[in-house]
Amino acid sequence: MKKSTRLGLILAALLLIPAYFTPIWTIKLTAPQYPDGLGMYIWMNDITGHERHDIRNINILNHYVGMKEIDPDLVGTLDIMPWVVGGLITLAVVAALVGKIWLAWVWIVLFVVAGTAGMVDFYMWGYDYGHDLNPRAAIKVPDMSYQPPLIGRKTLLNITATSWPYWGTLWIGLSLAAGTAVTVRESFFGKK
Amino acid sequence: MAQQTTIWKITSLLLGLGLLAMIMYGCPSQTGMLDTREAAQKVYVAPGEYDEYYAFFSGGYSGQLSVWGLPSARMFRNIPVFSQDPESGYGYSEETKPLLMTSYGFIPWDDSHHPDFSHTDGMPDGRWIFINGNNTPRVARIDLTTFETVEILELPNTGGNHASTFVTENTEYIIGATRFSIPYEMDKDVSIDSYKENFDGSLSFIAVDPESGEMSMDFQIIMPPYHYDLGRAGKGPSADWAFFTTYNTEQAHTLLEIYASEFDKDYVVAVNWRKAQEYVREGRARTVPAKYYHNLKDKNTGIAVSTVHDEVLLLDPKDAPDMIYFMPTPKSPHGVDIDPTGEYIVAGGKLATVIPVHSFSRMLEAIGNEAFEEVINGIPVLEYEATIIGEVENPGLGPLHTEFDGDGNAYTSVYISSEIVKWSLETFEVTDRIDAYYSIGHLMITGGDTPNPDRKYMVGLTKTARDRFLPTGPKQLHPAQLYDISGDRMELLLDFPTIGEPHYAQAIRADIIKPNVKQIYDLDDNNHPHAVKRPRDARVERDGDVVRVYMTNIRSHFTPDNIEGIRVGDTVYFHLTNIEQDWDMVHGFAIKGANSGEVLIAPGETKTIVWHPQRTGIYPFYCTAFCSALHQEMQGYVRVSAADSNVPLTWRTGDE
Ligand SMILES: [Cu+2]
Repeated sequence: MKKSTRLGLILAALLLIPAYFTPIWTIKLTAPQYPDGLGMYIWMNDITGHERHDIRNINILNHYVGMKEIDPDLVGTLDIMPWVVGGLITLAVVAALVGKIWLAWVWIVLFVVAGTAGMVDFYMWGYDYGHDLNPRAAIKVPDMSYQPPLIGRKTLLNITATSWPYWGTLWIGLSLAAGTAVTVRESFFGKK
Repeated sequence: MAQQTTIWKITSLLLGLGLLAMIMYGCPSQTGMLDTREAAQKVYVAPGEYDEYYAFFSGGYSGQLSVWGLPSARMFRNIPVFSQDPESGYGYSEETKPLLMTSYGFIPWDDSHHPDFSHTDGMPDGRWIFINGNNTPRVARIDLTTFETVEILELPNTGGNHASTFVTENTEYIIGATRFSIPYEMDKDVSIDSYKENFDGSLSFIAVDPESGEMSMDFQIIMPPYHYDLGRAGKGPSADWAFFTTYNTEQAHTLLEIYASEFDKDYVVAVNWRKAQEYVREGRARTVPAKYYHNLKDKNTGIAVSTVHDEVLLLDPKDAPDMIYFMPTPKSPHGVDIDPTGEYIVAGGKLATVIPVHSFSRMLEAIGNEAFEEVINGIPVLEYEATIIGEVENPGLGPLHTEFDGDGNAYTSVYISSEIVKWSLETFEVTDRIDAYYSIGHLMITGGDTPNPDRKYMVGLTKTARDRFLPTGPKQLHPAQLYDISGDRMELLLDFPTIGEPHYAQAIRADIIKPNVKQIYDLDDNNHPHAVKRPRDARVERDGDVVRVYMTNIRSHFTPDNIEGIRVGDTVYFHLTNIEQDWDMVHGFAIKGANSGEVLIAPGETKTIVWHPQRTGIYPFYCTAFCSALHQEMQGYVRVSAADSNVPLTWRTGDE
């Protein structure tokens, strides 16, 4: 493995570190009574409010239609994600040190699998959150579910929900791009 | 022929009287109303936009303080201060009742007249606003992050605290004074006819802690038995001084409207409070018996606590030379107002035909030259000619209060001729006048009592509406007028009803207050001993006849909402904690048959209401605030059984 490839993999590992310190996704809910909106950030390991009490206030509003409380402690994925990303960082560093290009390919595959699994999990969580409603809820609208959009904007009764990737996704994307670029170059354009 | 002569005589007489009136009171005022569309534009604040100023109007006999926006004249809030407020539960809840305690017991009313802000370098700093209670003498502090009354201090040995609150340049002191002289000695029982021997005046200097804002009665000065009407703290060169007006230097104690209006001149009192403070620190003040309450809301618990004091420091001018002077001033002066430079002391000579203006620097000179007419109780009386610098002629009839625009103009409210006169601090001549609707008391200019006024708006606080609005019977609200004073002429913009009887008002640029206003009480900081922060901690406890209900409120239920085991004769405390942390998400609580009011509980707050069930039965309680879509369902039941029943004490919400 060329020195530049090793450095590229180290860079890919380093680019994942900031993803621990910034949210990966953001969901914002606006309503007539909430012109500035309530919102939540999805972190690798947590869900927090845009403002200090937003999660509490979202939960209060949601209970009228029978949605479950958002409790980060009950979302298992949030416990696993930091370790998965930690594994990807370690693997990139190991690949760079050992210098075997197949290890880099393993890294790419695992990265894509983890990323896809994460998105699927996020979607499933949103689906469950929006569909698994308490049958004794005070407000029942026939055929209505409250799944927030995975990406983009959606109107849910009086609430407009918008969901977008946040800075963490950018760092993750850059890491994957950097690692993939040097691996592909070494594998297919390496003869110089 | 004879008839013609008579008509001629009468006509000339009437003309002559008219001319005399013109000479005495000047030309009649003009309306000075802008083109309606132009005026409307100046006061229009579009939906969703904010006003430029917060204005605080005293409530007078409502005992409250109302909060307005200028220039729109929209009312935002009516803050209860000295009066119980059934709307919010202020003065009904256990947490707020101690604020209304006095040495005469629980007094749920007072007459609030003059608000003043805390100051830094002479300018309002937006931390607190103070207001006086005139009847049972008190001073209150309102926190401007929550717009709530947090402290009330009683003034001992004082008969009506009217010359208050006026705050010194850096909030060292709030001044106060006895409006009605009474025997200074506590609870002294004497004949009213012995007024001259036994009655005294007093001035009060209330210290303010610069960090917490906490007030304390630092010292009082004993004065001759005159009536002390209004006051002001000095500014700039005169910042170490406070000024008061006196009337009834005649020392009448009956039919004052005649007997207290005999002398041509009464006095403006000038007190060097800095020197007085030094004397007090040196130990020249006597400690005398007093009884007064100090009520303070505890920041941690939200519960007001009363402390009773039993003595006060009293300074006698006879023991404190070079500290206090009288300036003779015509005639029963009302306001004493200091111009932005701190040099001119303008007295509202209520019964005078001129507005007398004293000069602070001339006053100092006169003191240096000992230009004294006489000395009364150790207080030198300065010669009128030595301190006066101007007399404004033709000010109308009954000038009361003056404020300033910072460009050398003064504006004086004139009660009897119902107008505002504008005059020059250079020439002491009237330059403009405008009608007031009707009978104006105080006026207020945005920043008009500060060293640096905003020459924008003026509010006239008038005493009677008569035909100004759609009529509402023999009693109508007191009106106010908004004027634009940015141009050469005063222009009337708006005429609007107020609440209570605003005596005086204060305005402050909104951006000084708005960023600091709290949206919630932080539940984490709620250290109320009976708070419950989670529904699972909600409970009911019995200790003998005392039952405490620890209840949470959140949209849209109470926990607990079914309570059994209460007995006739119990004293039931409902401790309600609003566990919401969302702005303006207020819940209320009321129960059938309670002999008090409701309580409103702000997000994060704990409030308590007492209930004495007197009959068996089922008692519904409910949330009085339309808090949510399921507000109508936010209710519960209490079962009250006979005094000797053994229904067990149980509570629940839902099936768990
Ligand atoms: Cu409610």
